[in-house]
Amino acid sequence: EHPKMSASQVKGVSTGTTILAVRFRGGVVIGSDSRASIGGEYVSSRVINKLVQVHDRIFCCMAGSLADAQAVTKMAKFQLSFLSIQMESPPLVKAAASVLKELCYRNKDELQAGFITAGWDKKKGPQVYTVSLGGMLVSQPFTIAGSGSTFIYGYVDAKYKPDMSREECMQFATNALALAMGRDNVSGGVIHLVVITEDKAEHVIVPGNKLPKFHDE
Amino acid sequence: MATASVLQARSAGFSFENCKRNALVEANATDLGLRVPTARKTGTTICGVVYKDGVVLGADTRATEGMIVADKNCSKIHYISPNIYCCGAGTAADTEMTTQIISSNLELHSLSTGRLPRVATANRMLKQMLFRYQGYIGAALVLGGVDCNGPHLYSIYPHGSTDKLPYVTMGSGSLAAMAVFEDRYMPDMEEEDAKRLVRDAIAGGIFNDLGSGSNIDLCVISKGKVDYLRPHDEANKKGVRAGSYKYKCGTTGVLTKAVTPLHTELVEETIQTMDTS
Repeated sequence: EHPKMSASQVKGVSTGTTILAVRFRGGVVIGSDSRASIGGEYVSSRVINKLVQVHDRIFCCMAGSLADAQAVTKMAKFQLSFLSIQMESPPLVKAAASVLKELCYRNKDELQAGFITAGWDKKKGPQVYTVSLGGMLVSQPFTIAGSGSTFIYGYVDAKYKPDMSREECMQFATNALALAMGRDNVSGGVIHLVVITEDKAEHVIVPGNKLPKFHDE
Repeated sequence: MATASVLQARSAGFSFENCKRNALVEANATDLGLRVPTARKTGTTICGVVYKDGVVLGADTRATEGMIVADKNCSKIHYISPNIYCCGAGTAADTEMTTQIISSNLELHSLSTGRLPRVATANRMLKQMLFRYQGYIGAALVLGGVDCNGPHLYSIYPHGSTDKLPYVTMGSGSLAAMAVFEDRYMPDMEEEDAKRLVRDAIAGGIFNDLGSGSNIDLCVISKGKVDYLRPHDEANKKGVRAGSYKYKCGTTGVLTKAVTPLHTELVEETIQTMDTS
């Protein structure tokens, strides 16, 4: 598991963040909040989309320094489009995760960014990979990351079931993100979800006033 | 003995050699009795908004050096290309030079492609340069323009991250300006409404932030037209003195007067004609 990244340690604009990805029967759901902050004090953007499409059926979400994350994902997108042309087939999700891992690992002294990569490929179907701060690459059935993830470890451990349906999975992801956004000051805004299956990648936005409500004093 | 001089090939990229020395000097400055010179910052409120036909960029005009106003009417809206302008906050030298470098590169690029440059291109160039310098170039920019794909507005942070949004603010007065935007922004505004909104946002920064002040500059960019309004609003005109403190001629009585002419002798006279062709 990667260490909690406190917002004050990141120079410049930090994505603060709660991000997650969950595998369900036939696809993956990858989701994030939409807040970017400076020094944990000012919300520099309340609507940023941290879900980046690096290929047709592969998305990754950014955590950590926004500048570093944007630079790495742009590089990865470029490398993957080259790779897919060379191999004459869409890249494997593991390949995408590997590209990000290589960039994070080789430049670990300069970069402060972590990623979750999720997608669908023909070889292994839906997969979720997490690339941590220092460049560790691990495949998991579901994963959470970012500063807000610490508040929902208990929730996701209790509520996750393998082989959920698409609707159950989207509800699970929405609930988890809403709970984290409610307790973490550097996560908030709207929920961005992308549901990736063999046929398509669908982007769903849950606006702030439609977030699931829990016991709120 | 003749020493052979060797040309040392400069390594590519920024040389961070002096950063360690600077940190050491800064740490021991008080012991040595030195005051570390501060770079001139623009304090600043800058903002931009996308309206129906284009973008409106706005900026205040105060440049500060610590607690003193170094320039009461500096220009913070920089030219990038005929259809793209960029407001700069942060270190004045950094914003000035960065925008000039990218403007120059973009003109060459535009001549090479044979097309009007796109705002996304300027954004890419700026963010890649700022990321390369890892935040040491203190330039926070609001980039706006109109190209073949319509009006675009970007905010660019010193570490190299960018945001593409319909309204952005940067600088020390950005919180005050953003408060105005969050209250009154609407998509697809008319030009006059957009100009009024930007003017009010900058005014919010000028009157509530110590680092911003003086006048409000505006730049309205639409398809094929740029209105560079400097100043758009002289919000802080210097007051006119009500009374005159001049003493009337003859107020001071003259007791004695002695005139000593200074004799100067013409020693030499030469004429040099200058070629003014």
